[in-house]
Amino acid sequence: MSGAAEMLAAPALADLPLLAALEPMAGGPLKVLLLTSALLFAIGLVGFLSRRNMILMFLCTELMFQAAALAFVAFGRMHLDVSGQTFVIFVLTVAAAEAALALGLVVLLFRRRETLNSEAWSELHE
Amino acid sequence: MTATLASLCSVLLGAQETHAAPAGAGPVVAHDIPAAITAPELSWAGWIIWLPLLSSIACALCAAFRVKNKLPAFVTVLSFAAAFGVTFWLHRIVDPAQPVVVPLLHWMDFAWGDGNWHAFGAHFSLYVDELTLFWMLFVTGLGTLIALYASEYMESDVGKGYSRFFFGVSIFIVAMAALVMSDNLVMLYLGWEGVGLASYLLIGYYYTRPSAVAAAKKAFIMNRVGDLGLAIGIFLIWTNYGTVEYDGLFRAIEAAGNPAGGWDASLIPFCLMLGAFGKSAQIPLYVWLPDAMEGPTPVSALIHAATMVTAGVYLIARMFPLFLLHPDALAAVAWIGGLTALLAATIGMAQYDIKRIFAYSTVSQLGYMFLGLGVGTAYGACYHTFTHAFFKALLFLTAGAVMHGFAGQLDLRRLSGLRRVPGFALVSWTMLVGCLWLSAFPFSAGFFSKDTILAAAMFDPHHAQPALAWMGLATAGLTAYYTFRVWFRVCAGPVAFVPGDELHGADGHGRGAPSASASHGNDHGSFHPHAPRLAINGVLLVLAIGAVLAGLPTYLVLSGQTKENWVESMMAHSSAALGAQPADSHEHPHLIGMDGHTAMFVLSSVVGLAGIAIAWVLHLGNRRLADRLRGAMLARRWLRWLPTAMEHKWYVDELYHACFRLPMWVGGHLLHFFDKHFIDGLLVNGIGRVPSFLGRLFQPLYNGALQGYAATMAGAVALILAWVVWKWIVGGGA
Repeated sequence: MSGAAEMLAAPALADLPLLAALEPMAGGPLKVLLLTSALLFAIGLVGFLSRRNMILMFLCTELMFQAAALAFVAFGRMHLDVSGQTFVIFVLTVAAAEAALALGLVVLLFRRRETLNSEAWSELHE
Repeated sequence: MTATLASLCSVLLGAQETHAAPAGAGPVVAHDIPAAITAPELSWAGWIIWLPLLSSIACALCAAFRVKNKLPAFVTVLSFAAAFGVTFWLHRIVDPAQPVVVPLLHWMDFAWGDGNWHAFGAHFSLYVDELTLFWMLFVTGLGTLIALYASEYMESDVGKGYSRFFFGVSIFIVAMAALVMSDNLVMLYLGWEGVGLASYLLIGYYYTRPSAVAAAKKAFIMNRVGDLGLAIGIFLIWTNYGTVEYDGLFRAIEAAGNPAGGWDASLIPFCLMLGAFGKSAQIPLYVWLPDAMEGPTPVSALIHAATMVTAGVYLIARMFPLFLLHPDALAAVAWIGGLTALLAATIGMAQYDIKRIFAYSTVSQLGYMFLGLGVGTAYGACYHTFTHAFFKALLFLTAGAVMHGFAGQLDLRRLSGLRRVPGFALVSWTMLVGCLWLSAFPFSAGFFSKDTILAAAMFDPHHAQPALAWMGLATAGLTAYYTFRVWFRVCAGPVAFVPGDELHGADGHGRGAPSASASHGNDHGSFHPHAPRLAINGVLLVLAIGAVLAGLPTYLVLSGQTKENWVESMMAHSSAALGAQPADSHEHPHLIGMDGHTAMFVLSSVVGLAGIAIAWVLHLGNRRLADRLRGAMLARRWLRWLPTAMEHKWYVDELYHACFRLPMWVGGHLLHFFDKHFIDGLLVNGIGRVPSFLGRLFQPLYNGALQGYAATMAGAVALILAWVVWKWIVGGGA
C-alpha cells in the first residue's frame, strides 16, 4: 500500500496509543458504572415528578442528562470506542446552552407570576 | 267594387308570376342559389357591425366616467344612422343576383385534410345577399329611430342608467348585425347569443324591481332552451354536410339531393326550428315575450319590431333550402305558427294592459310569419316581418308615449279620449295608423303582407294548408277586434284618465308632474299629462310615414308603376327564393265562386272590418255593453271558463310552473337536503369529527400539570422498556 492511502485509511482503535494499553471493560466495574447511571436517572426522574419548584425541576433534568452521559462513557469504555465520549462532549455543550435558555425562561416566568411553582402554569388544562 | 278589386288583384297576381323561378311540378329541390364570390374590397361593409360596437364602447366609457348628459344617446343614434347609411349604400352598389362573401377577420380555421369534413372554417365574414340587406335595412333603420326616441324617453335616467341603457341597445344591434350578416352558422350563433344577452340586460334594466329581474331571467332561460336546439342543429349540419358556411352549405345541400341523409339529417330542421321558436316566441317557448314588457318601452319596441324576434324568421328564411327538403318540418312550422297566431290573439283579446296586448299581438303576428314560411312563401313571411317591424315599433312607441305622459298608466280601462288631450293628438293619430296596419285594414301594408301569407296557405301548390288559412282568417278578425279595442278605449271617447302610480318611479318621468302626487285616483285634478316633445313626436311621425310607405312595394305594383314588388324580387334573389314557387297554373284556384286571390282579399277585408266594427260597438259605441257581455259570460256556468281562461292567458304560465318549475324546485330541495345531510353532514363533517372524537378520548391525560406530562412520558418509556425486556426474556436472551 502506498503511504498516502495508509494515511487516509482510518486507524484501528486498538492502534491508538492510549487505548491500545487497555482491555475492553466488562463485568463488575461496568455494572457499577451502569447502576450509578441508572440511580442518577431515577433520582432525577423522581425529583422532577415530585418537586414543584421550577429551578429544582430543572436541576433534576440536568441530573438525568448526566446519568445518560455516564452511561455513554461506560458503554464507550466497554467497546473501546471514543464515540461515547464524543457524544458526551456534545451533551455537555447542549446542556450548557439549554441551561442558559431554561434559566432565562424561568426568570421570565417568575416575573409574570411572582412564583416558581410550576402549577401556576397549567393553562393548557381546559 | 268587386270588379275593381279583381282587376287590382290580377295585376298583383301577374306580378307574382312574372319573376317565377322556372320550376316545374314535382318535388321541390334546392337549386339556383348562385355561388358566392369573395369580395375583400367590400370590407367597409364591416362598419355596419363596427359602428354600433364602437358606440357600445363609447357608452361603456360614458358609464365609467359618469357622464351626466345625453352624450351616450347622441353617440348611439349617430352610429346607428351611419350604419344604416352604410347598409343603404351597400344595397345600392351590390348586384342583387350575386351573393358576396366579405371576409373581415380570421376566426376559426382548422384543417386536417381536404374538402368537407376535413376542415372547419368559421370566420368573421359577411354573406351579403338580398335577404341580408333587406333585414339589415330595417334593423339599422328602426334601431336608429328607436334610439332617437329613447333619448327623450329615458331622460329621467340621465346620469344614472342612461349610459347603461344605450350600451345595451348598442350591443343589441351589434349582435343582431352579426347574426344577420354572418356567412356561417357559428357567427350566427354568436350573434344569436349576443341578442339573448342584450335582451337580458335590457329587460332587467330596472334591476331593483323584482318583476323586471324575473322577466329578464325568464327571457334568458326560455331562450336557452331554444338555443340548445339551434346548437344541436348546427352540430348536425356539420356532421351531415361537413361545413357551416352558407355558401358551401348550399352547395352541399344541393349535392345531397332529396331525400337528404339519414334520420339525423331529418332532425336538423326540427332543431333549428326549436331555436327559432325560442327566439321568435312561438308556441312552446312564447311566454317570455309578454313578460319582456318589464323593460323600458323602447326596448320592447326594439325586441318586438326589429332586432330579437325577427331572428327566428331570418334563421328559417336563411336555411330555407334545407327546410324545403323536409316537407314535414315545413308543415310543423306552419302549424306551430298558425296555432300560435290564434292562441296569442285570443289571449290579447282579454288583456287590459296596452303593452301586454301589443306583446301578444307580436306573438300572433310572428305566428303569421312562421305560417308563411311553413306554406312556402318566404317572401310573404319576410314582407310581413318588414311591415310588422314598422307598425309594431310605431304601436309600442305610442304606448310608451302614453305611459311616459300618464305616469306609467297602461290600463285601457283607465284611459280614454286621448286624442282630445292637449299634446296627445299626434300620438293618437299615429297609433291609429299602427292599429289600422296591424288589423290589416284593406289596402294597408299589413293587409298585403298578411294576405300574401294567407293566400299561400290556401293555394300554394306544394305546401298549402287550407285549414290553417281559415284559421289565419279567423285570427285576422280577432286581431282587428283587439287592436281597435285598444284604440277605441284609449284614444276615442270622452276624455277621462287616471294617472299611473309611477309618478316618481323608474319608468315614468319624475319631473314633469310635480303636483301630481296629490291627485291619485282623481280624473284631471291637478295632474297634467306630460306631452311628448320633439324626439318622440318626430320619431312617431317618421314611423307612421314608414309604416305607410312599407306598403309602397305593393302600391307601386297596383298602380302600374313597377312590374314587380321589390320586396318579392329581393327575396327572389336570395336563398329564401326557393320558397317562392309559382302558382304554376294559369287557371287560378277558385273559392266561394270567385277567383281565389280575389276571394282572399274580399274575405280578409270583410273579416278585418267585422272585427273593427265589433270593437267599435263594444268599446266606443256602448262601453257598458262590453262589461255586460263579460258579466253575462261569467254568469253562465258553461261559458265561464272562456273569459276566465283568456284573461289568465290560458293558464300556460301556470302549466309551465307545474310541469317544469315545480318539479325542479322539488328536485332542487331534495338534492339540497341530500347534500346538506349526507354529503356535508355525514361524509365531510363526519370525517372531520373523528379526530375531534379521538382527541376527546385522550383529553384527560392532558390536565395542564407539568408533572402529569412527565409522568405520562416516564410511564410510556417504562412500558416500552418492559416490553423490550419481556421480548428479551422470551426470546431466550439474545
